[in-house]
Amino acid sequence: MVQDRRSLLMSGAALALVPALAGLPSRGRAQGATSLKIGVLNDQSGVYREVSGPTSTACVRQAIQDSGIAAKGVNVEVVQADHQNKADVGATIARQWIDRDGVDVIVDVPNSAVALAINGIVREKNKVYLNSTGGTTELTGKQCSPNTVHWTYDTYMLAKSTGGAMVKTGADSWFFITADYAFGHDLERNTSAFVQAAGGKVLGTVRHPLQSTDFSSYLLQAQQSRAKVIGLANAGTDTINCVKQAAEFGVTRRGTKIAVMLMFINDVHSLGLTAAQGLVCTESFYWDLNDRTRAFTNRVKGSLGGNYPAMSHAGCYASVLHYLKTVADLGGAAAKADGAATVARMKAMPTDDDCFGAGTIREDGRKLHPVYLFEVKKPEESKGAWDYYKLVQTTPAEEAWRPVSEGACPLVRA
Amino acid sequence: MAGQATAFTAPTPHQSPGLPGLSLLGFNRAQSIAFLLLLAVLLVGPFVLYPVFLMKLLCFALFACAFNLLIGYVGLLSFGHAMFFGMGGYVAAHAAKVWGLSPELAILAGGAVGAVLGVVSGWIAIRRQGIYFAMITLALAQMVFFVCLQAPFTGGEDGIQSVPRGNFLGLFSLAPDMNMYWLVAGVFLAGFLLINRIIHSPFGQVLTAIRENEPRAISLGYRVDDYKLIAFTLSAALAGVAGGTKALVFGIATLTDVYWAMSGEVVLMTLVGGLGTVFGPVLGAAVIVSMQNYLAEFGAWVTVIQGCIFVACVLAFRAGIAGEVGRWLRVRL
Repeated sequence: MVQDRRSLLMSGAALALVPALAGLPSRGRAQGATSLKIGVLNDQSGVYREVSGPTSTACVRQAIQDSGIAAKGVNVEVVQADHQNKADVGATIARQWIDRDGVDVIVDVPNSAVALAINGIVREKNKVYLNSTGGTTELTGKQCSPNTVHWTYDTYMLAKSTGGAMVKTGADSWFFITADYAFGHDLERNTSAFVQAAGGKVLGTVRHPLQSTDFSSYLLQAQQSRAKVIGLANAGTDTINCVKQAAEFGVTRRGTKIAVMLMFINDVHSLGLTAAQGLVCTESFYWDLNDRTRAFTNRVKGSLGGNYPAMSHAGCYASVLHYLKTVADLGGAAAKADGAATVARMKAMPTDDDCFGAGTIREDGRKLHPVYLFEVKKPEESKGAWDYYKLVQTTPAEEAWRPVSEGACPLVRA
Repeated sequence: MAGQATAFTAPTPHQSPGLPGLSLLGFNRAQSIAFLLLLAVLLVGPFVLYPVFLMKLLCFALFACAFNLLIGYVGLLSFGHAMFFGMGGYVAAHAAKVWGLSPELAILAGGAVGAVLGVVSGWIAIRRQGIYFAMITLALAQMVFFVCLQAPFTGGEDGIQSVPRGNFLGLFSLAPDMNMYWLVAGVFLAGFLLINRIIHSPFGQVLTAIRENEPRAISLGYRVDDYKLIAFTLSAALAGVAGGTKALVFGIATLTDVYWAMSGEVVLMTLVGGLGTVFGPVLGAAVIVSMQNYLAEFGAWVTVIQGCIFVACVLAFRAGIAGEVGRWLRVRL
């Protein structure tokens, strides 16, 4: 009996070894073909979950599928992690991904502090960094890197489109409600400059501390100024709270426009059209913009769990698609070996995808495409789920982005 | 709490002699063994686990130990320790990047700023006890947070980025992770032993007396406020050192480290590990940092899993991990 049990255990152990041994040659084959790893690093539990989060990962998977890279002998794997909006957590994950897990590309990365931290690490390790949800112009400015492509949007383009393009529609007097820290000041300064350059005037500004809950006095000051546009140079919960209170005050119903400097369609969805109607905001992608964007959205919709893609998600899709095209062009092994060379090739090749159409990537890592100014529809104008935006103005790719000469990117001078 | 109190009144070094050599540090036998284990982990760790992760863990462990010096041995609950940790990080990063100081001086600069902030905020806060003390420290920490948000040198929400690690003493490049690791391990060990020395010194005994019964300490003729202020400053300086070291490890200093949530995190580390135990804060830091790191891939589940683990800790480990293990083995850790 004892003997039996022992032999049973032995054969069990032997059986357990079989798949392990059988696995060895197949692993050997997998190394023969190139295998690439894409790491999606974003916020999956905090304020940026809806505009990045799992939807970004789904869009990256869609890009891999659409690229048909698997048929070309390159195996692509996706990993994801939550940086919890902490730069040190993001930096540890990124280093570990690259040093230990063999990750070749890091995608998405909202929150400018984390976005810049990853920028430095990817450059040091010579991998590829495709930032989509970060908004800081530093990525293509003083801290620009030969390993980085900044795809979707930045604060300059938001200010230019919302400030400049709105004045062209006749909204020429502005009042700013600004979050009292560097991000808010930057947005206010840039937007004011574009408003004035387009012939508009700024009647006044008021600053509120970060994470305020009561905006009533600021909104009253803004209304008393009789400006045609109230510009909200803040972000996240501050913007949401401000918009909600403006709706309660009936600001937009009285004909004043509210221009939100940074907003995604998912924010409109969570606010609801009743509160958000009449808001004006800038995105570089809208799912219902044209046949190609609708086709993309229909392909990816099933895997999003009810969410719709915003420009940030579209940027994850398009940047990974372009990267994989470059990989197909360079060959998997060459792309894996040298991140900077891969990004250089990405810049040399023109881009074309369903989300942003045809475009290019500039020397400093800035992706160029047209930018759209949208107005949020009234509830009665919306015909179906996520039918939220009316197109107001299009800024062509050549005008929308910060000129290379103003960016002070050291790569360009070299 | 009563059990703990009686444990502390026993004169430890004489009661159970430590291993030869280590008794000098004031360790009892169990603590000596635990310390040797800790040394072994420090030596073997980087060959098993990812060094950057371990460095982060050690920085937080030192931060938690510094915090524990205050709450565990003086009984002062500071809810503003993030200001020392974060400001230490900012100053060390600025010193290394802009002033071009060598890493050891940058870390010391972080500690010095922690100490200065500690003297000022301690001088204000120790006039009150209990919840009022905690609220004053929280208020001061929020002021520091807003300064960091606005001051030009901190880079606002972008933080200070790509800080060079530099060369230790001008000789050893710290760019390879393993070199940096040995520096961090050294800083941690020095801080840990310093705290231990403070606890077991006559000065530390007075601190414990203040924690147990402040009026009696006053009636015995001790200038309680002076002792508290010195302890507060020491704790703040060590928190600054921890923050400065962390800034150099990652090459970044951001608002995360001065935000009030960081003050909460260090309280949690100390509570989970074991309040008023020598090794507890190290264990607590290990638990919390590992959770942040290894749960990251679970995405949205991070916070849920974290919550469940906290509930489990609170229910099962009332005295923290080190406290419960110590009670179980009938030793003091």
